[in-house]
This record gives sequence, C-alpha cells and structure tokens, in this order.
Amino acid sequence: MPATWIFLIVLAIAAIGYVLGRSRALASASGDSRNLHSLPSYYGSHVALYVAVPSLLLFGLWLVVQPILIERHVQTLIPEASYQNQGELNLLMSDVHRIASGLDFAVDYGALGAQQALDLDTDTSDIRAILASVGVALGSDVSTQTLDAAKRYRALSATGDIFRSIAVLALALAGLGFAVIKTNRDFRARNAVERVILSLLILAASLAILTTVGIVLSLVFNTIEFFKLYPALDFFFGTTWSPSFGGGSQLGILPLFWGTFYISLIALAVAVPIGLFAAIYTSEYASPKVRSMAKPLLEILAGIPTIVYGLFALLTVGPGLMAVFGPNGGLGWMQGGTAVMTAGLVMGVMLIPFVSSLSDDIINSVPQSLRDGSLGLGATKSETIKQVVLPAALPGIVGAILLAASRAIGETMIVVLGAGAAARLSMNPFDAMTTVTAKIVSQLTGDADFASPEALVAFALGMTLFVITLGLNIFALWIVRKYREQYE
Amino acid sequence: MTDASISGPAAKPRPNTSGSLLELDKGTRRRNAAEKRFRAYGMAAVGIGLIFLLVLLFTIVRNGVPAFTQTFIELPVTLSEAKLDKSGNRDIEEIKKVTTFGYGGLINSALETTLSDAGIASPFEKASELSKLISSSAAAQIRDYVLTHPDDIGKTVTFEVLASSRVDGYEKGRVTRVALLNDKNLDAEHLDVADQMKEAGVLKRRFNWDFILGADASESRPEQAGIGVSMLGSLFMMLVVLVLSLPIGVAASVYLEEFAPKNWFTDIIEVNISNLAAVPSIVFGILGLAVFIQFIELPQSAPLVGGLVLTLMTLPTIIISTRASLKAVPPSIRDAALGVGASKMQSVFHHVLPLAMPGILTGTILGLAQALGETAPLLLIGMVGYIASNYPDGIASGFLDPNSAMPAQIYEWAKRADPAYYERAWGGIIILLVFLMTMNIIAIILRRRFERRW
Repeated sequence: MPATWIFLIVLAIAAIGYVLGRSRALASASGDSRNLHSLPSYYGSHVALYVAVPSLLLFGLWLVVQPILIERHVQTLIPEASYQNQGELNLLMSDVHRIASGLDFAVDYGALGAQQALDLDTDTSDIRAILASVGVALGSDVSTQTLDAAKRYRALSATGDIFRSIAVLALALAGLGFAVIKTNRDFRARNAVERVILSLLILAASLAILTTVGIVLSLVFNTIEFFKLYPALDFFFGTTWSPSFGGGSQLGILPLFWGTFYISLIALAVAVPIGLFAAIYTSEYASPKVRSMAKPLLEILAGIPTIVYGLFALLTVGPGLMAVFGPNGGLGWMQGGTAVMTAGLVMGVMLIPFVSSLSDDIINSVPQSLRDGSLGLGATKSETIKQVVLPAALPGIVGAILLAASRAIGETMIVVLGAGAAARLSMNPFDAMTTVTAKIVSQLTGDADFASPEALVAFALGMTLFVITLGLNIFALWIVRKYREQYE
Repeated sequence: MTDASISGPAAKPRPNTSGSLLELDKGTRRRNAAEKRFRAYGMAAVGIGLIFLLVLLFTIVRNGVPAFTQTFIELPVTLSEAKLDKSGNRDIEEIKKVTTFGYGGLINSALETTLSDAGIASPFEKASELSKLISSSAAAQIRDYVLTHPDDIGKTVTFEVLASSRVDGYEKGRVTRVALLNDKNLDAEHLDVADQMKEAGVLKRRFNWDFILGADASESRPEQAGIGVSMLGSLFMMLVVLVLSLPIGVAASVYLEEFAPKNWFTDIIEVNISNLAAVPSIVFGILGLAVFIQFIELPQSAPLVGGLVLTLMTLPTIIISTRASLKAVPPSIRDAALGVGASKMQSVFHHVLPLAMPGILTGTILGLAQALGETAPLLLIGMVGYIASNYPDGIASGFLDPNSAMPAQIYEWAKRADPAYYERAWGGIIILLVFLMTMNIIAIILRRRFERRW
C-alpha cells in the first residue's frame, strides 16, 4: 500500500474516532454535556489524538529505518571482490536502487508482468532495453550480482511495506479501541488533550536546538573528514590558497582570512562613522518629524536583499572606481572592477542602518538626567554628547559595531560578485581578493566529488566562520546586555 | 562649563574676555562653532545615507526599466507547403520531422520580401547575413505555430518575432557601431538596415510580457530570457516557508512566552534562538547541503529543499517577533479568562493568540520578505547554474522538480558574459523589489489597522 494511502487512512480513522469519542461521552452523560468533566469536543480530540499520534510516529520511524536495514542486508549480497573502496560500493548500490525502482516502474506501466519481474535473469533478457522502454536509463549493462541484489531489494521492500501497512493500521485501530473504551463521563479528557498539545509546543520550541545541533554536526563531521585528508596545521597556517581538483592542492586559510578582514575593515570604516553620526543626529538633534522620516528611510537600506548590493558592486561601483583608479584614470592602482575596495564600500553602505539603528536605541536609553546634569553645568549640546552621552553609551555602541562586524564577516553575495576570486595576501585595497564565504560558495557549487579535500575544505571554512561569528555575537550580546542592566 | 571651572578652585582671571555680557568671547564663539560643526556632521551622515539610498534606487530603475521592453520585427512568413509538408497530407508526425533548421530558409525569404516591400536595399550579398537581425528563437516560434495550426500551411501568416539581442541593445542605446567592430554577431551595416526598418514601421519596441512571465533561455539568447519560471520556484519555496514556519514559530513562541518554566532547558532554547538569528545565511546553506541533500537525499535544486532551509533561517526572526506581540497582550486578558474558568491552554488559544494575531502576521510577512530576497543558501543547494526553462507540470513537480528562485536567477544572469543579461538582472531586481515592497506595505497596513494600544 503506498505511503500516502496509509497516511490518509490513518487520518480517516482519526476523524471517525473524533465522532465516536464525542458521541460515546455524550451518551455516557445521558445526552447532557453538563454532566461531563470536559467539553464534548475534548473527548473527540482525545480519541483522534490516540489514533493519529502513535501510529504516525511509528509510520515516520518505519520510513526512516526500513531503507537503512534493507540497505545493510543487500550490501552483503554484493561480493567483496567486485569493489575496492566505499566509493565503488556506493556506485554499485546506486545501480541496484536504480534497477529496483526501474523494475517497479516497468511493472506499473505494464511493460513487465509482476511474476516476470521476479523471474528475470541477465542471460535471457536485456534488462537495459526493458528499463529504457519505461524511461529509466542505466549507465552500463547489468551483472548477475547486481540484478540479484536488486531483486532481493525489491522483495524485501515489498515485504517491509506490507508489514508497515499492517503495523501502522493495527496501531491506529488499537489506539481507537483503547481511547474509546476509556471515554466516559468522569474521564478528564481536557487534561489529556492539553498534555499532548503542550508536548507538541515543547517539540516546536526544541527545533531551535535541533537546528543548532544539525549545523554543528554537519560542520564537525565533514571538518574531521577534511582534516583526515589534509593536515590541520597547513590549513590554519598555510599562506597559499590554490585548490586544484586533480590533487596536490594547497589550502591555506590565511589569504582568505586576510581578504575577509580587509573587506570588513573597509566596510566598517564606511559604516561606523556614518552610522554613528546619523544615530547621534536622529536621537539628539532631529525634530520628531525629521526623525520619523529619516529612520525608516535609512532602514530601507537594511531591507534590500544582498544580491542587489552585489549587482550594484559588480556593475556600478566597480566600473566607477575603475574610471578613477584604473589604468585609464591616470592612477593605475586598480586592475579590474572587482576589488577589496568595491566590495568594502558597498558592504559599508549595507551596514549603515545596522550601526545607526542599534546605536540610536542605545543612545536613547541613556537616562535623561545625565544630559540634564551636563547641560545644567553650561555644556553645549555637542559637549554633552561627546563627554557624557557617548561615554555612557560606549559599551553598547561597541556591541553594535561588533554585531555589524559579524554581519560583514558572514556576508556572501556582495563579496562573491564584487571582490574577485583570487586569493592573495596584498596590502593594496584596489587588488582583487577573496573571502571565506566566497570560497565556500566556489568550492561547493562545482561538480566536485564530495569526498575530495577540495570540496570538504568548504566545511572547514564554514566551521571557522561559524565559530568566529558566534563568538563575536555572544560577546556583543553580553556587552549590550551588561550595559542595559546598568541603567535598569 | 568654562575653562576656569576645569582648572580648579583657584580661579584665574579668564583670558581674552571682553567683559561684556552682550558680546560673545572667543572661547564661547569657538564652542558655538564646534557645536554647529558637530550638528552638521550628523546632518551630513544622515544625508549621505539617504543619498546612497537614492543612488541605489536610481541605478536600479535606470538600468532595469529597459529590460521590460523588447524589440520585435513584424514578419509575414509564407508557410510554404513544399518545405513543411512535402506529401501534402497534413500528417502531424511528418510535419514534426522538419526541424527548426528547416524553417531558417522561410525566415530568410520572408525577411527579404519584407525589406523589398519597404523599399530597403540589402547591403549584403548573401541573404542569410540578414537573418542575424532576428533572434534564433524565431524558427522555434514559427515551428510551434505550424505544429498547432497545421491547416495554415500554404498561407502567409504575420509573426512578431524577437529581434536579436544586439539589435535590441542598439535600440536601447547599449550597443554602438564602434562596439560592433569586433563583434561577430552583428555588423554596422545591420544597424543601418535596422534604422530603415524602424522608419518603415516593421521594427518596433514594445512592452515584453515574456520577461515577467517567461522562462530562462540559454546563454546565447538573452532576448528570450524571462523570470517567470523562477518566480514560480520562489512561490513554491515561500509556500513551504509559510506552511512550516508559521505554525512552528507560533507554537514555539507560545511555549516560551506562556508555559515555559524558568529552567536550564528554557535557557538553552533562548540562547539558541538568539544565536541562530545571527548565524550567517551561508551556514544554513551548508546545513541544507549536508542534512537535506547528502543525508536525507532529497532532490537537488528542488524548491522543497530551498523552502526547508529558508524556514530554518527565518524561524528565529518569526519567533522573536511573535514573542513580542504575545508579550504586548496585557495580563488582564489572561486573568479574566482564567477567572471565568478557562484552563491555561484555553486562555492562550482562545484569547491571547487571536489578539496577538495581527502582530504575528506582520512578523511572518516580514520574515517571508527576508526569505524571498535571500540568495546565499540557495547557491549551495544547487539552485544556481540550473537553466529554469520549463514550467513545473503540477503542484508536486513544483515542489520537487529542479527550479531556480528569483534572486538565484538574478545571480545567474549577473554571472553570464553577455552584457544584455546585466540589463535583465537589473530588471529582475525591480520585480524582486516590487514583491518585497508589496509585502512590507501589507505588513505596515496590517500593523496600522489592527494594532491595539492597551
């Protein structure tokens, strides 16, 4: 029985259960719902939950576990002589999968009888031709072992599917029976239903933990895999980045770090002064009307997708800088439109609203009494800001700048399009350089084999990026929180 | 504050003072000037920020608007029976055997007659040179027409075919005669012909719906490329994000805001959510690649996978805004519900949640807008490099078949070598920004209309 059908049947049983539970509860209270402990709908929901939750859990578990078990068993059927390493075994197994699903197709479309599909053998029939006729293309001819494995795979899957249908439906019916029997006027249905709902809520909240765990596990496992193939010391302290998919790559992270750092530095050099002064102006000087106009307009800059900034860097800022600093502009500092300066400037524009709105909040939360004290002593407004408000807000502003820095380090699209692809250690801000994020993209978007160090290095880069940005964030949030507590 | 007050209790006589109260002394003037300067810095900073915004929007509009129009050539093509249906029995299988290559001759002769009718002399010796004016998609367009209207064979039908991208670029001012000197695709003489055709009214530039609704084309036919298919890809992704992140986000926020006891488990969840909100989006792409594609083996480039990754990415944003709107519902509502005998669960689901709904929806729409514009994670799960040339067949294939998404399509165009694609990338950005603006405006309206002040 196909999976969707089982799912629908379970839902149908649950719906029946709702009606049964509700009417049985009402009947036990002789038709008057005031005699019940809970509202009648709770009795219905209680039965429906008993039907659906355990059986669907089993169903999901079965869907995950059955292929793994069958896979293990079928692998033992392939003689060890026919492959040398895990990669070749994987190729053989994917052939097995394809043949098995191809045979299923062939039976569905009537190209083969069900019995015929079981009796196939490589000597008497051309499996490739049969499968090609239903639209499944095979790379090579089918060996006897592979066909046997595929047939075994089909047989086991078919038996497994039958058992799955029986087990899931039996559990659903058992839940129905159990819950219906339990239903009577004194049963506390509401409490039972609410317990289930509460656990669903907890499950949803735990998804945040699951996501973090997923990120950490996927990074850690692949990074360990990478360090098995490539020495960690060379990765962290190598000064050359030259991946070649043929082998013999040098994968030193330092040039990428330098590019990331340099671009972020330029971005912050643009964003921090502008953002900070804008925050000071909107929070201390501007009239409410100007403030209510300027703030949302600046924040539009934060809402524009980064791909737009990337295109802006590649097609507008890059050529513009080339006209001034390029060979034709007379200075000759710049060789191409993509450079650290291009990406840094555009990223700076993107970061202005991050710095300005965070700093604005922080400056606003400095108590008015401090300002009044300073102004009362005869200081001008700018002296008050420079000598009283800013020192008081400094930790928070540092936090805001750190958050902006972590944003800059993790930014991808602007550097992919605007910074160039060459990894080099150079001081010239008009050179093309590349960053950690840009290299993650370029190492994982090719047709590379995922087991090669050239592809796995992206996970090590991702791990480094994750650790750095996480550290910056935690530090920044800690500073901001600490500062906030000071005035609360 | 004066200099004297800083220098300590032994007050020295102030230097440079005139002694008059009406005339500002030097120090005061200096301080007032500093005050003005400081204020001007602030205004300048706000001004620079706004100028950046204006420049950005101006660049987008100026470069992107031409993408919405396209140059067309009106061409009366004689669908000659001798070439398309030799046996003359209108058998569709036989007509199908004539490939697009076979339609090239028809187009050439149609172009020749059009030119001679308009009194334009061709500067070329070979007639096939003229066909460079016309997009290579024209043959396929005419073939498709013939296959759907086999009865029109033998008649003369007027088609509106796309001009080639260089001619289109010339009409839009992107291509100049000088630039064509090293260009194999078109010569300056073609442009003379194009000018004359324009005067004769054969060549026209008009609004091109195919850019908004059409499919992507191969690298050599920028005039044909459209963003429609990747728009569908984005739509399916947003459906996944909406269906998953709204219920999960609301459930998580309700738990954290209303039920969670203060213990280590709750603390871990809180710390995780605030950290996930700041993790770079590319890391979510790595997660999607490792977990959804390598481990669970979902299909690459599928909108379903993109939607799952974007869901994980936007969940923290949605949870944070949902919690804020739950917090804004005053405790008196909960107390009243509990007071008349509702359970805690009933008070939350029957009273608090409906009241917080406008805020939750606003937050969800803003989260969706953020997800719609996100590109980096999509690069890693293979939504770039795929030419989105086919519309999905149905709902299921919309979720599972390889597709692109709007920002990924824009990135793909920006990477292609032909400058004609840059124009399309800017045009795509206009469409993307229109979507984002609409979503934001809806969010603002929702907030204005339904927000309650307690």
